[in-house]
Amino acid sequence: MPDQSHEAYWRTNLKYLAILLSIWFLSSYVLGIILVEQLNAIRIGGFKLGFWFAQQGSIYVFVILIFVYVRLMNKLDRKYDVDEK
Amino acid sequence: MDVQTWTYLIVGITFTLYIGIAIWSRAGSTSEFYVAGGHVSPLANGMATAADWMSAASFISMAGLISFMGYDGAVYLMGWTGGYVLLALLLAPYLRKFGKFTVPDFVGDRYYSNTARTVAVFCAIFVSFTYVSGQMRGVGVVFSRFLEVNVNTGMLIGMIIVFFYAVLGGMKGITYTQVAQYCVLIFAFMMPAIFISMLMTGNVIPQFGFGGTTADGVYLLDKLDGLHEELGFAAYTTPKKSLIDIYFITAALMVGTAGLPHVIVRFFTVPKVKDARISAGYALIFIAILYTTAPAVAAFARTNLINTVSNKQYSSMPEWFGKWEETGLIAFDDKNGDGLINYVGDPDKNELTIDRDIMVLANPEIAQLPNWVIALVAAGGLAAALSTAAGLLLVISTSVAHDLIKKQINPNISEKGELKAARISAGVAVIIAGIFGIYPPGFVAQVVAFAFGLAASSFFPIIIMGIFSKRINKEGAIAGMIVGLFFTSFYIIYFKFLFPEQNVEENWWFGISPEGIGTLGMIFNFIVSGVVSHFTPEPPKEVQEMVESIRYPR
Repeated sequence: MPDQSHEAYWRTNLKYLAILLSIWFLSSYVLGIILVEQLNAIRIGGFKLGFWFAQQGSIYVFVILIFVYVRLMNKLDRKYDVDEK
Repeated sequence: MDVQTWTYLIVGITFTLYIGIAIWSRAGSTSEFYVAGGHVSPLANGMATAADWMSAASFISMAGLISFMGYDGAVYLMGWTGGYVLLALLLAPYLRKFGKFTVPDFVGDRYYSNTARTVAVFCAIFVSFTYVSGQMRGVGVVFSRFLEVNVNTGMLIGMIIVFFYAVLGGMKGITYTQVAQYCVLIFAFMMPAIFISMLMTGNVIPQFGFGGTTADGVYLLDKLDGLHEELGFAAYTTPKKSLIDIYFITAALMVGTAGLPHVIVRFFTVPKVKDARISAGYALIFIAILYTTAPAVAAFARTNLINTVSNKQYSSMPEWFGKWEETGLIAFDDKNGDGLINYVGDPDKNELTIDRDIMVLANPEIAQLPNWVIALVAAGGLAAALSTAAGLLLVISTSVAHDLIKKQINPNISEKGELKAARISAGVAVIIAGIFGIYPPGFVAQVVAFAFGLAASSFFPIIIMGIFSKRINKEGAIAGMIVGLFFTSFYIIYFKFLFPEQNVEENWWFGISPEGIGTLGMIFNFIVSGVVSHFTPEPPKEVQEMVESIRYPR
């Protein structure tokens, strides 16, 4: 396997990680903690939004993030032909 | 049938199941003992990871803790789930590709040093023992409250069960019992939650009932905020701790989760890199079912409790009140002698003290659920405690048998000898854990902060750097681990053990409590490792090649 393709694979992987971890950070630390008081002024149903993100929303986002990552990586593995046979 | 008969029946059935699985899945080789031969399906591993992870604390204490903390309880909810994102994206696939047996294995090989390996072994054993003693205690407590046997007898029964399947089956036995235990514990947690959600909000799904309305048309959370205000407690849905502290605690719990050896090692048991990724996803779904329900249960229980006791005649309290009073978990002190229960925020006027563990254990009784549901909670609590205990004991036994004996003391040991050593150390670990449980060091609650702090400040950074940097060398890693470890331990020991009276916000560094200090320890670890590695020779070529190879699944 040529080294160049390996490097491209790794760079794309790092890019995916940066994007997904930004969303991870945003949903928990930013929306659930830093902005909680401001977001609590907004309501969805019986929830104040900041409270909802801290105790419910962030967890749903975490689950989705992992499954998105799995899909992206499975595709990437095949594209660069590094997937396990 | 009464509660006791139901409890004996349900606990008896689940224990028979665990023993049956243990006999069926005996380990025949070290590979089966350490990592179940690497043949576990991702779905089964997801369930086993969830059971491994969710301890007696998650099952029994967490919802109660949240119901007393309100918004601040989010540190546990986000902290103990967000770590799985880090695990799935940054650790699990690469460690699976590395493909050895333990976390100290990775540290020792990646940093080509037995010193690094030994530091890692020490951390793994310390973290696991602190954690496991709490689990054994949990087993004893559940036994004593529901089956009315002595706490120590209860723990002895628990020890025998764990001994049986951990020593016989190793990782293979543990994995499949954990799958069964997950099913028991999640069913036991969800049944009462669904019942209570239906009773209070008319919604079958607790997560929706949480944001729903009560019988009088008011939103549950608004009602709860109103009740809190009326009684002089801080509002339920807004922060009480400082945001910086919430931030650091959440981060310490997240990276601590991702650095706990008994969780990481579960990802060595699946066949492929691909499986490691997806199985972290399954694990988080299974965990999220409980973790999104717990805050709903917390709010239901809190509202229910206030409505039941606040300003009511002590003499008219329901039966469960007296029963839990006997255990000392509820205490009423009629300060003004009017016979009414004054449950208020002002400590001078408050007449009721409630232990947080009651919220889950007594919840079904408070909500007047059927007897079999109450019995189910006992079986669920036992499943949660036993599954976690087994996972931790395995880490201890592999650390001793593999990382100390095979890798350092006696490299020529035969496969059979190593397996025997693993079994003996598992057995010894069960006994030590049991002794810790029977004579609990008075600081079990405090050491939990320790376990996470150490995992966050030692394992997490060096594993991450070991994967994502080829430049980090053994000097850097050892220096980083030691700095992270000592800084975090010193801070926690200072505030938790030496000068607990000084443990207030004014004295904390940057307003960070001992629970959150692991985050700062982690940052120091990263910085020190980076700087020291920069000024010392780069790692040997074969180590750099190894790092290269774990980055690609094939």
